[in-house]
Amino acid sequence: MNWEIEVRFRPGARDVHGEGCLHEVRDLGLRRVEAIESARLFHLDTPAPPADVERIARELLTDPVVEHYRIADGGRPPSDGRPVVVVRRKPGVMDPVAISTLQAVADMGLAARRCATARKYYFSGRPTRGDLETAARAVLANCCIEDIEFSDEVAGVFRDAPPYRFRLITVPVREAGDGDLLRISREGGLFLNVREMRAIQEHFRALGRDPTDVELETLAQTWSEHCVHKTLKGLIRFTDHGAGGQAETIDNLLASTIARATRELARPWCVSVFVDNSGVIEFDAGQCVCFKVETHNHPSALEPYGGAATGIGGVIRDPLGTGLGAKPILNTDVFCFAPPDYPAGRLPPSVLHPRRIMRGVVAGVRDYGNRMGIPTANGALYFDERYLGNPIVYCGNLGLIPRDKCFKHQKSGHKIMLVGGRTGRDGIHGATFSSGELTHTTGTEFAHAVQIGNAIVEKKMVDTLMQARDRGLYSAITDCGAGGLSSAVGEMGEHLGAEVHLERVPLKYEGLSYTEIWISEAQERMVLAVEPRKVDELLALFASEDVEATVIGEFTDTRRLRLRYEGHLVGDLDMAFLHGGVPRYERAAEWRPTDRTEPRLRPRPDYTRDLLRVLGSWNVCSKEWVVRQYDHEVQGQTVIKPLVGVGEGGPGDACVITPLPESRRGLAVGCGMNPKYGDIDPYCMAAAGIDEAVRNVVAVGARPDRIAILDNFCWGNCDKPDRLGALVLAARACYDVATAYGTPFVSGKDSLNNEFAAPDGRTIAIPPTLLISAMAIVDDVRRCVTMDLKQPGNPVYLVGLTKDELGGSHWYALRGEIGRNVPKADLALAPRIFAAVHKAITAGCVRACHDLSEGGLAVAAAEMAFAGGLGLDLALARVPREDGLEDAGRILFSESLTRFLVEVPRGREARFGRIMKGLPCARIGRVTRAARLVIKGAGGRTVVRADGAALREAWRKPLAW
Amino acid sequence: MPVRALVLRTAGTNCDEETQFAWELAGARAERVHVNRLIENPRRLLDYQVLTIPGGFSYGDDIASGKIFANQIVHHLADAVQEFLARDRLVLGICNGFQVLVRCGLLPGAADGRPTLVPSATLTNNDSGKFEDRWVHLRTDTGRCPFLAKGEVFDLPVAHGEGKFVPADSSPLAALEQKDQVALRYVDSRGRTGASYPANPNGSAGDVAGICDATGRILGLMPHPERHALSEHHPQWTRRPRRKSGDGLAVFKRGVAYFR
Repeated sequence: MNWEIEVRFRPGARDVHGEGCLHEVRDLGLRRVEAIESARLFHLDTPAPPADVERIARELLTDPVVEHYRIADGGRPPSDGRPVVVVRRKPGVMDPVAISTLQAVADMGLAARRCATARKYYFSGRPTRGDLETAARAVLANCCIEDIEFSDEVAGVFRDAPPYRFRLITVPVREAGDGDLLRISREGGLFLNVREMRAIQEHFRALGRDPTDVELETLAQTWSEHCVHKTLKGLIRFTDHGAGGQAETIDNLLASTIARATRELARPWCVSVFVDNSGVIEFDAGQCVCFKVETHNHPSALEPYGGAATGIGGVIRDPLGTGLGAKPILNTDVFCFAPPDYPAGRLPPSVLHPRRIMRGVVAGVRDYGNRMGIPTANGALYFDERYLGNPIVYCGNLGLIPRDKCFKHQKSGHKIMLVGGRTGRDGIHGATFSSGELTHTTGTEFAHAVQIGNAIVEKKMVDTLMQARDRGLYSAITDCGAGGLSSAVGEMGEHLGAEVHLERVPLKYEGLSYTEIWISEAQERMVLAVEPRKVDELLALFASEDVEATVIGEFTDTRRLRLRYEGHLVGDLDMAFLHGGVPRYERAAEWRPTDRTEPRLRPRPDYTRDLLRVLGSWNVCSKEWVVRQYDHEVQGQTVIKPLVGVGEGGPGDACVITPLPESRRGLAVGCGMNPKYGDIDPYCMAAAGIDEAVRNVVAVGARPDRIAILDNFCWGNCDKPDRLGALVLAARACYDVATAYGTPFVSGKDSLNNEFAAPDGRTIAIPPTLLISAMAIVDDVRRCVTMDLKQPGNPVYLVGLTKDELGGSHWYALRGEIGRNVPKADLALAPRIFAAVHKAITAGCVRACHDLSEGGLAVAAAEMAFAGGLGLDLALARVPREDGLEDAGRILFSESLTRFLVEVPRGREARFGRIMKGLPCARIGRVTRAARLVIKGAGGRTVVRADGAALREAWRKPLAW
Repeated sequence: MPVRALVLRTAGTNCDEETQFAWELAGARAERVHVNRLIENPRRLLDYQVLTIPGGFSYGDDIASGKIFANQIVHHLADAVQEFLARDRLVLGICNGFQVLVRCGLLPGAADGRPTLVPSATLTNNDSGKFEDRWVHLRTDTGRCPFLAKGEVFDLPVAHGEGKFVPADSSPLAALEQKDQVALRYVDSRGRTGASYPANPNGSAGDVAGICDATGRILGLMPHPERHALSEHHPQWTRRPRRKSGDGLAVFKRGVAYFR
């Protein structure tokens, strides 16, 4: 029998969810809505008598102190006449609460067959039907994964999928012309181009048969940009119009720039780079750390909460799938959105407002990361209008792995075991979808590409895998990510061969075809290779922790990927063709230098107002609203937190964790990103990103000689030569700078189709966005420093050279300018500065240190002052700078690279001076007790004068939601 | 014989390792045990002197924080817990563990020490409507609890979305105060109550951050003592003179000392 149990807050208890919804609905301008009351609905299909249903409602589902419940028995539930909106998951969408409820009902000794949950909203005031629909679509529900109802009708809550009947499908490609091939690719959502389709056609012609659907899907998944990086590893015909316009052919951009830097640096502490699911470096004698950053952009544009949650859930499985599995110890997150104050009236159809995307993305990472018990302690937010239709969501994860567990050793005869969550229709075509361009209709066509995560399933799986790893119960592991089983088994068996029985895969519900099972991107699954004699022990271990594990096949020595369903052979692919058959062809790339000019700006007598405005700009302002929603200190290892100083009111440069509780050895993690510079020169943009990431970790005390970095390119459509040309320049900068700084790349990922096709035919490309993430060793965390000023009277030094480099700066942006003089890295000087700053920190000559980045010296000084609750007196006349730079505004806001503002303890000035000998470094002022920032211009006149409280408020306010 | 501390974990528990570390730093021998092992053999609970339910999101906080774990304790472990408490042992619930203890009626306390699904208080959504991680000042107001020292003011972090303490009408705050069960309150930096958000991070009635049962031997608190076991855990340690240990370690040390 079907029951509906409705749980609401009692009068007098606060309904914060309803209040939050009302706030957002009123933000939409729906003034007729006066109140929203939220309710939770549980639908239970149970043979239990009414008294037991009552018990379930009372004892399990309701918190009697603040809530009450009502029960309806399948008919029309009680209604009080208020308009309602009911939001239910679409059939097949993961419902974790329902699963937990069934388990809890069983714990009570009762039985229930099925459970589904929903949310109900009661509206007060006089909303029209149109108001309800607007509120439902914009705030209460996401139509991508949820259905909306405007009545209390409960019919059809449980919709059973029809069972699947086997039928082998072949796709006639042998006789197809180019037009047909493209149609097959398009209609199948394969995202293969005509060259790739022809290669497949040729292969099957030679075999004398047509491919089955699952074979074609496997090839499409394996050959997707997402999985093989055809652009970065392909041939590029590059013309640099700024350097003579001679065309040259680049064979494998990735290998000739980023990977080459790592190869040439040949650092012995790089343990496993570019070969596994994440990059591994040595941490200490017995332990290594690994790091991976991924993007989850397209799903997050359609369903921000689920997209971001599965973004973090997915990247956690990368270190977990590295070697024999790393324990997750830290998450990072970097998001790019359009400005939150973007006018709602200008939004293209079907595009979610950036504010909504941001709230959803932050909540998604929060709920998944926090539930996993992994601290999220480093990240950034970046705003630009071009991210409107195509937001960027980077999620990173670091893992800890014993040195002797860093490599896999699967062999033929080892069983293929699938562990973790069940397989459903979720996330089908995720890999191919993420390789295409978003349009205003993508939301409806690819709704199934959005996965919904269940963090607890992943947490249980991690807990169990770590025990299994330490007991040596498996020989290889990888994650079921993009492409699902297809990619996981295909990769693990590349040099062996594999045979999989698809009907053995545990399903969430009936009705999946063999192809859907094979390519489903259902979350929280890992694939193991297990020696036959260890299978039973491993299955018992998983069972003891309530985690599903199933043997679905075995690795062979056939070099073939064979798929069976109920005995039928449904796929039989040659591994060599699967992994090596993707055609390489030349793509055109070009670069034309931008013809921008420097703006002529009249000097002003006072820059206090400019400083307050830069502090309050979206990119500089406080991200506290985000940071605090993340548990940044679970695991008890975060010793330098993202917010530092008095009242944790200042922005730390990097976080530091102690992965081994009994050791004081630390790991610093920071990042750098400067899309604005890319509008002038992508080479300088990339160089600045590396410099910033390195500055950030050096500023807290990390060793400059033990920094490993990651590259994550998010670019526009690289089929367009100008976009690809920008990518070539950025990749070349990566080589030059990484080599000069001695910072090897250890992992990376690219997402090369970030354009939004608006209904008016315009396409909006995101700005070239390169995120550099850095992880670095700290010998002893007790030597770490933070950026907040500590002691009145202490001298303050500026290290590094200030130049007339305001191109792409935040100060220019205030005035609507971009400019031309973009900051450039000094490859000879920068490494010497990093080494000296580090030496000064270890020698105890540094009480506070902050890198100069967005907003330059003025912003860094302001942040250090208010974070320390103290003041600063600075004189620009003493700033080490290039000849002729006298304008106070330019000195204050220049964004020249490789600079640090350093508080030195009194009595240590001489030692500090000796360490900095020969470098651009000068004492430019001192810490004051009065919480005030006073800066004198080169001519001696005061150009900035502001109270710490005013500075802090300007910085804190914009995102204090 | 070192004091034996049980750190009870289940699906979604995520502060078990650092809680074990804190117990061991305090001199106990701590073991992390999955609740399934205890359900298979409930009397195993009696091997330990302290039961700790650590922080996390047991079962994803589905239905309500701590609810499903509490439901398991009531339906599978009630006898063992009752016997455990009858033997003068200690229970410590941190964050999600506190939520579990409240949902299964062990806090503010059942007269017979038997878990039940009729709670006399709740921990509900923060007034801010969201999960927040921030450091707070705390003051110990009870003289009854072996884990705490009355009058002490110290710093710990909170990290939760459902931490607002609301007593049931049947067990009002005044009654808890009278029975000396209000263990910890959120205070300002000078130890005074009545401070507004964010000093009281969730809107708890009476600034309550932790309570104990009538015997004092069961303590539940939203803040995380295990996250301030070391001096460098404090967000402002770079501003302060170095200390030997973090404020939170004392909670575990006193727990160990109770059995000496």
